Amino acid sequence: MTDASTPTQTAQTTTTAVRPPSDTGTASGSRGTGGRTARPVAVRPRGRRAQARVISLLKHAGLIAFGFVMLYPLLWMLASSFKPNALIFREPGLIPTDIDLSNYTDGWNALLHPFSHYLINSALVVLGSLLGNLLSCSLAAYAFARLEFKGKRLWFAIMLMSIMLPIHVVIVPQYVLFSQLEWINTFLPLIVPKLLATDAFFIFLMVQFFRGIPRELDEAATLDGCNHLRIYLQIMLPLSMPALATTAIFTFIWTWNDFFSQLIFLTRPEMYTVPIALRTFVDSTGESSWGSLFAMSIVSLIPVFIAFLFGQKYLVKGIATTGIK
Amino acid sequence: MSVIQELSRGKQGVSARRKGDGRWALLFLAPWFVGLALITAGPMGASLWLSFTDYDLLSAPQWVGLENYTRMFDDPRFLKSLGVTFTYVFVSVPLQLAAALGLALLLDKGLRGLALYRSVYYLPSLLGGSVAIAILWRQIFGADGLVNQVLAIFGVEGQGWVSHPDYALGTLMALNVWTFGAPMVIFLAGLRQIPQMYYEAAAIDGASRWRQFRSITVPLLTPIIFFNLVLQLIEAFQSFTRAFVVSGGNGGPSDSTLLYTLYLYLKGFGSLDMGYASAMAWFLLLIIGGMTVVNFLASKYWVFYDD
Repeated sequence: MTDASTPTQTAQTTTTAVRPPSDTGTASGSRGTGGRTARPVAVRPRGRRAQARVISLLKHAGLIAFGFVMLYPLLWMLASSFKPNALIFREPGLIPTDIDLSNYTDGWNALLHPFSHYLINSALVVLGSLLGNLLSCSLAAYAFARLEFKGKRLWFAIMLMSIMLPIHVVIVPQYVLFSQLEWINTFLPLIVPKLLATDAFFIFLMVQFFRGIPRELDEAATLDGCNHLRIYLQIMLPLSMPALATTAIFTFIWTWNDFFSQLIFLTRPEMYTVPIALRTFVDSTGESSWGSLFAMSIVSLIPVFIAFLFGQKYLVKGIATTGIK
Repeated sequence: MSVIQELSRGKQGVSARRKGDGRWALLFLAPWFVGLALITAGPMGASLWLSFTDYDLLSAPQWVGLENYTRMFDDPRFLKSLGVTFTYVFVSVPLQLAAALGLALLLDKGLRGLALYRSVYYLPSLLGGSVAIAILWRQIFGADGLVNQVLAIFGVEGQGWVSHPDYALGTLMALNVWTFGAPMVIFLAGLRQIPQMYYEAAAIDGASRWRQFRSITVPLLTPIIFFNLVLQLIEAFQSFTRAFVVSGGNGGPSDSTLLYTLYLYLKGFGSLDMGYASAMAWFLLLIIGGMTVVNFLASKYWVFYDD
């Protein structure tokens, strides 16, 4: 990204911008034009620099404070997951006066199955969705980016529109369809649609990426006798790792957090995924055991947090190019 | 840069070449075509049809014409949920975008530690849709929750925010504003695309910083503002998890958090009134579609395209 280059540019903009317009003769600073307006040039830069430093310090302090307030609920939940229940309601601070690990052991075993059962279920759904999205979306994207066919423009428009389609418009018939296939309480309703490229977001993301790969590469490959399948497998996919990584990370996080469709398609406790299990936990314990509820919530957030840590670059690039969340 | 620009321009990606790769395209698009037919377009048509029927999953659908739609407007809970949703969307989205834009402007100026700030502010966006955060929210804004504990330090006596009909929706809006990080990252990307030389030229011409902001940053950022607005509005209309978890699945207290999709869920999968739920889904599509069209039409008056 352009992080590295911006500080120098902006140092200029801040210095020029802070001053009134009268003495911004040169964009690059004050030394060069010294001859004409010697007096102000000699005096101002020092004051200006000090002023800029104070402003910058204040700004950092403000940004750090704001970030801290933003993250405070999360940090507090983490701290509270180690506190005995009574303290959660008395202690707004972050450092527990009394550490209690039993929240984790209690929470792990609070439901019908140990929490690991739900983690595995979620992992299976995520894995299937990941494979599905990577494969089906890249195939479709290749067609839109590189092939010429009848009605391409129309199909492409349809694909783009389907990104915006609320799931609620299709959920009832989907439920009917899947229950007739006896797929309710299996992971198939959650995975099979991904194998069929219904997450059109990622098609779009990959089309954007594929378009940036020089056509000369495929043309050369064609001359060497490669067909489209080989171009896709041996040129496009290897060169598209950033786009595939972005797709993988977003699929991971979205599927892991998804609640609506899992709530609808999974109703038997042994099929519950993490979000559904957590929700059942809230209902069954009510307000009585916040500690273990927090502990399991933290457990459920850890995979997303890890994905965030390792995938930041791709996440930021992904949202910046397609505007996905 | 975005879906929206692709849609509004409509020209890109089309080649004048008439040479066909038809068979290959069919192969590559096969999964997508099947998905479109069975998972997207087919069910869409089916739900449109179901919206004109009385259907409870167990017996065959009965054609009732427009009854579901007329029933909706005699249903006080539906009207309530519509009101709740509009309040939620049109209060929280502008606040969220204002926060996103404000922070992006502060962060853009080549700040040291920019990447770290960006990550910190972005993290809530990734977690905000999860059940875990909704659970956290329910505790924080509960009677003995974190917010009241902090208020107590200042001697203010709070109340059970999530259990008070006047405030419960506010807590959900707060959650939506909290997830301003994603639009912020988009704003940051947009700010990067504004050529530095515009500012340099303006500075040479003697434009003040405020003037530069008004005459360069704002106009060149309007496409991004528009994009974020459309996207966040569409998304906010579909908020579900937070309302479901914070209210314990019923949209309470006194339906004050009964977001549209939550009521749709309760109707369809709670009382198995699938015809009604389908009609609600199509009405939602109409609202979202209509709003997006209005947005596009209005954009001609305020969105500035540089190229």
